[in-house]
Amino acid sequence: MKRLVLLVPLVAFLLLTLFLYRGLFLKPEELPSALIGKPIPAFSLPAVEGQSLITDKDLLGRPALLNVWATWCVACRVEHPVLNRLAAQGVLIYGVNYKDDNAMARQWLADFLNPYRLNIQDAEGRLGFDLGVYGAPETFLLDKNGIIRHKFVGVITDQVWREQLAPLYQELQGE
Amino acid sequence: MKRLIAITLLLWVSVGWAAIDTYEFSTDAERARYRVLVEELRCPKCQNQNIADSNAPIAMDLRQEIYRLIQEGQTDEQIIEYLVARYGDFVRYNPPLSFNTLLLWFGPLFLLLGGVVGVRWMVRQRQQKTDTSALPLTDAEHQRLASLLERKKHD
Repeated sequence: MKRLVLLVPLVAFLLLTLFLYRGLFLKPEELPSALIGKPIPAFSLPAVEGQSLITDKDLLGRPALLNVWATWCVACRVEHPVLNRLAAQGVLIYGVNYKDDNAMARQWLADFLNPYRLNIQDAEGRLGFDLGVYGAPETFLLDKNGIIRHKFVGVITDQVWREQLAPLYQELQGE
Repeated sequence: MKRLIAITLLLWVSVGWAAIDTYEFSTDAERARYRVLVEELRCPKCQNQNIADSNAPIAMDLRQEIYRLIQEGQTDEQIIEYLVARYGDFVRYNPPLSFNTLLLWFGPLFLLLGGVVGVRWMVRQRQQKTDTSALPLTDAEHQRLASLLERKKHD
């Protein structure tokens, strides 16, 4: 018993090390979304290109990615080629052009190709606010009923897609 | 010199107030509610700042939104609920009691209890030690003492 008591500091130290080690890999800047399992908020906003209005009803029918982007967002530029590749593979991607200048957004799409099936113009950031967006890029995974099933904060790279998002997307397609 | 100090102080003051917007409130009570809310709510983008202190665009949006909701006549609870529905419990510096926050609320209490138990255990150990030294001698110890004293006398 006496001997075991001597081990207490060592055990405490090992526990602390374990927690600190885990802390190295935590990403406190990625908040869990409060909207998982909830439908996309209702909206009616103009499209980035063309004159039509887009509403939440237009996003129903098939599982899709809802990607929040902007021309002022440097990381979105890194992400854009990946989205282009995914769109070419047949992944359905909707865009939310968040707090952006519409002319610049159009120019961006002309310069870097357009991976978005529909692109929502959210100049005021109202839709972004309802989605709990706090930066860009952020990407929501929607099921065919328009329910938000997953949120990814940050740049979607090929690796992120392969390891995190593709399995979820495929699962949704099977539903 | 005094003038220089005064100017420096004035510059300092203006920096301190940089993140505060100039919203117009019709009553002082509303202004006070606004101050409490922006200080109690946390900026989602920044790691540990309330939305009153932050200059992040999202913090400005949240301040704007809180101002709008106060103008609409919503209560503090409604406003907090509105923001939590979008940004989650993260935005509250005063988290609600739920399964996820049990450890947060009661963890310190458990640590305190652990400390109390530890201290009591140590105190008891020490008492036992002193108690054994104060116990009356056993028969065997009496004999040994007597023989030791006897030997001392002979020396």
